[in-house]
Amino acid sequence: MQQFDNASAGDIVLSLADRIIENRAYLSEIDGKIGDGDHGVNMAKGFGMAADRIRGNDMSLATAFDTLGTVLMTEIGGSMGPLYGVMFTQFAETIEGSSSIDAGTFSAMLTNGLDGIQSIGSAKVGDKTLLDTLVPAIEAFDAANAGGKPFPEALDALVVAAEKGRDSTKDLVARIGRASRLGERSVGVLDAGATSCALILETLALGAKQKLQLSATVGR
Amino acid sequence: MQRFINNPDEVVEDTVKGFVKAHADLVRLGSNPRVIAARHAPVGGKVGVITGGGSGHEPAFIGYTGRNMLDAVAVGELFSSPTAKSFLDAAREANGGKGVVCLYGNYAGDNMNVKMAIKLAAKEDIEIATVVANDDVCSAPPEEREKRRGVAGEIFMWKCAGAKAALGAGLQEVQAIAQRAIDNCRSIGVGLGPCTLPAVGHPNFVIEPGTMEVGIGHHGEPGVRVEPLKPAAEIAREMVKVVLDDHALAAGTEVAVLVSGLGATPVNELYILNDTIETEVSRRGLTIHKTYIGNYFTSLEMVGATLTVMALDTELKRLLDVDVDCPARL
Repeated sequence: MQQFDNASAGDIVLSLADRIIENRAYLSEIDGKIGDGDHGVNMAKGFGMAADRIRGNDMSLATAFDTLGTVLMTEIGGSMGPLYGVMFTQFAETIEGSSSIDAGTFSAMLTNGLDGIQSIGSAKVGDKTLLDTLVPAIEAFDAANAGGKPFPEALDALVVAAEKGRDSTKDLVARIGRASRLGERSVGVLDAGATSCALILETLALGAKQKLQLSATVGR
Repeated sequence: MQRFINNPDEVVEDTVKGFVKAHADLVRLGSNPRVIAARHAPVGGKVGVITGGGSGHEPAFIGYTGRNMLDAVAVGELFSSPTAKSFLDAAREANGGKGVVCLYGNYAGDNMNVKMAIKLAAKEDIEIATVVANDDVCSAPPEEREKRRGVAGEIFMWKCAGAKAALGAGLQEVQAIAQRAIDNCRSIGVGLGPCTLPAVGHPNFVIEPGTMEVGIGHHGEPGVRVEPLKPAAEIAREMVKVVLDDHALAAGTEVAVLVSGLGATPVNELYILNDTIETEVSRRGLTIHKTYIGNYFTSLEMVGATLTVMALDTELKRLLDVDVDCPARL
């Protein structure tokens, strides 16, 4: 059975924070072309604050996601605070009762995160938002899983679809949020939320694959 | 541009600290440092009136906290919505047991954070009713009015609702008057120069020298067109035309007029605009009951101005005339 331990996987969230902080300037730069230019600043601030609370506390993945979601929701604000905040909080709620995480749990986690986002926002796929990354990524993961692919391969499919989804935003006209005021002028630029969402999914998939490998080598 | 700041990441904290020190007779810091509450709030038996929004628009939003105005305000980062927690804490500071109205502008982040705050408040039996301001004419066509942004018309909405609540009205009545006030407002912005978030360090957008952007938003959202800069009288005529063409008002209607600078425009230029605005509004058969000129709702150091016209009825006029005591001049 391909699964990894929830209890020892909280450090995946530290990798997420590192990745977002590394991309602080890049995310702000692409946001600046059609938005405020503060996406990287706000994301790095929130993920950094969460990492400070997680580091050294040997958290489960569920607790680390909850910590991150709570910080984003209660301390960051803007649009990304509630959107990512609710996503990570939903991730946490989905897996908190599972001692180990298999492909089915992972899929339920992603789907609940998406449901949370859709319960507060009104964007649809094609509106040039993070949903253009998240929705196809979940679909690809589920399709690979349903097709009998091993968990790590389903994670690879998730990453490929997330990156493709992110890149699709370049040709889209923004239909929601501040960039939507630009109309056609928003074409030709990646959406900052779709880009940060791809970074999050890539890092999450990589972390999960490393944990799966570790579980396999210790013979569980 | 040279600025009076300490740390670019702590601009909001430092603003709030100085604000509370200056106006301690009227306001206090909430238990959440991202909430400003009126000194008197909450008033038992009175509907609480709150708002919230990104910083950088001072004196909005915090400067409108006070007697017969807002009871509490949630404070966001520069140009960024306050958190759901801050909206919730503002509602807590304002709650006198009769519910709270949250009167805010139509922006994606604010909509989401208020929605979440309503859910959180319901868990502790605080009822929050909302009105979403959408007075900015150029931000969407009339058939998509629900997509329009909220701008300086929010001040009239707060003033009418604040007065109504102070006079003892119930939650639904306060919500209804706020809705009517904002429905009666139309606004337009004209931008002559951009602004810069200190932590970002370069302007958010470009306005080429010799041009102006008609219909610009409060954060530099692009307007409906870029044109060569014209004399003030022509710009003022165009502003009045956009605002009044969107709002078929019968001759004889009384109106309130608000001309606000966007941060870096000198106040004398607002008077130059108003010289023509007054002529044009009167020429259309409308009667100006009251005119407000100054920096009421700014956008950091943007160069430009907004015009808001609110149509008055007997009740709105009476509420607009109720005395208030808040840090901003009204």
